[in-house]
Amino acid sequence: MTGIKEKPDTEKQDLTDHIAQSQIWKSIFRHGFTDTQRNRVLQMTAGFLLHTRPVRVWTHGIRLRYTWGAGGLTFLMYVVACITGIVLMFYYRPVPEYAYADMKYLKFDIPFGMFLRNMHRWSAHAMVILVLVHMLRVFLTGSYKKPREFNWVIGVCLLTLTLLLSFTGYLLPWDQLAMWAVTVGTNMARATPFVGHEGPFAEFLPFISPSFDARSFLLGGTLVGPGTLLRFYVLHCVVLPVVTTFLVFVHFYRIRKDGGISGPMKALEEES
Amino acid sequence: MTASGTVSGTALGKAALPDKVHAWPGLLRIEGLVTLVAMIVLCVWSITIDAPLEEPANPSITPNPAKAPWYFLGLQELLVYFDPWIAGVLIPGFCILGLMAIPYLDVNPQGNGYYTLKRRAFALSTFLFGFFGLWIIPIIIGVFFRGPGWNLFWPWEEWDIHKVVSQNNVNLSYLLGIKGYWAEAIFGLVFLGAWFVLPPLMLWQKKAATNPTIKKMGIARYVITAFLFQSMMLVPLKIFARLVLHVKYFLVLPWFNV
Repeated sequence: MTGIKEKPDTEKQDLTDHIAQSQIWKSIFRHGFTDTQRNRVLQMTAGFLLHTRPVRVWTHGIRLRYTWGAGGLTFLMYVVACITGIVLMFYYRPVPEYAYADMKYLKFDIPFGMFLRNMHRWSAHAMVILVLVHMLRVFLTGSYKKPREFNWVIGVCLLTLTLLLSFTGYLLPWDQLAMWAVTVGTNMARATPFVGHEGPFAEFLPFISPSFDARSFLLGGTLVGPGTLLRFYVLHCVVLPVVTTFLVFVHFYRIRKDGGISGPMKALEEES
Repeated sequence: MTASGTVSGTALGKAALPDKVHAWPGLLRIEGLVTLVAMIVLCVWSITIDAPLEEPANPSITPNPAKAPWYFLGLQELLVYFDPWIAGVLIPGFCILGLMAIPYLDVNPQGNGYYTLKRRAFALSTFLFGFFGLWIIPIIIGVFFRGPGWNLFWPWEEWDIHKVVSQNNVNLSYLLGIKGYWAEAIFGLVFLGAWFVLPPLMLWQKKAATNPTIKKMGIARYVITAFLFQSMMLVPLKIFARLVLHVKYFLVLPWFNV
């Protein structure tokens, strides 16, 4: 084994050893840290966090030139948005009387409040961009092909959820930008065939009216108002994150079950 | 198993085939570095640029233009060319369903797990056209080139809120001299029907017997692919017809227009 490093005979090393041999440390980390094959496997399998990863991965799968790192970065942005979002929830009340004022409190009163809000917003925008980049990469490498068809379908669901998460969050600052962007965005819903009051064939359903159609269902009223703010807040902070997190884990699980990051080997096998 | 931790794990035993490497440290080191760089970029971005905050929401003051969030501006841009039920409901719905259907429609086994243009010319050119031409570019136009009244402005141009652009758009049937309500409706149906049926049918008759890909697809996959493809291409067709020929609608019916 070339990987094993010889122990330097210093005091610092003694201290490290002392900690690593202690009962507390050994009760948490059950494997050693010398660079051996066995430890490299145990690093991945002995703990909860890393056991979600395979012990060995394809060499091409860790090349940034191949994956662009876009999928992992999308997940990172999602985690950042979740953490900053939870902290923001401490300072935000989803009613028109307070929502906009809380934005001002964040900016002027709360330490690092603006940084927190910026981090949340920019990570969300980065997530939208990166999820598109990830989809582009997956298409360019044909990674949706057998046996990964269904994971692509889950990916499309996650793309839709990303857009919905971003869109519902867009309303929460309750400023002019938010209100009118959401007004424009949800106006399309009233043109939905059959269930939108301005959509084709709505005249055949007599109970469809401006106050009872797809748009009013989204808005909780006929205009973007207090009901909309609360609806979007609950969707943004509870419903959509739960669904998204669930699908993210299904997405990751299936990567492993479908044979890891796609690579040329299978294709070569089939074509030869 | 070699000392450096790689495992030659292929049954074929070809030298060109990829090996496996331990996730620790191979994968985790790269992930850690990429995470570090991404977090630095995000922090610098968050320190230097503030998230926008305008005046408090006011239902009685409508901004001009009122823009959707940037990722939906491609759809808002399509509102110029299509009625809201198509631009806002049908097209996004087709996008999602069409994307989901891709793995089940693409029967070409080649290009799975590596970059290639030659072996997947149709799939790649179609996707790249849709992705950039019908998604990214309309977003860029919507974000940077649309001003009051949803008129076109250069990004550096001052917005003139009184700008008037003359629009004399007429229906395609009128352009071709077809008069009368039902004659126009029938013409529209024939036109759209021909758009969806004729090109795929002609390709099928010409190639079905000889082309191995079409043979492999079978009739069901072929029909769905052709329908989705023609639906997608209807978007640039309508944009072209509007910008060059000033066509308002292809099809006018009592219930809806296309």
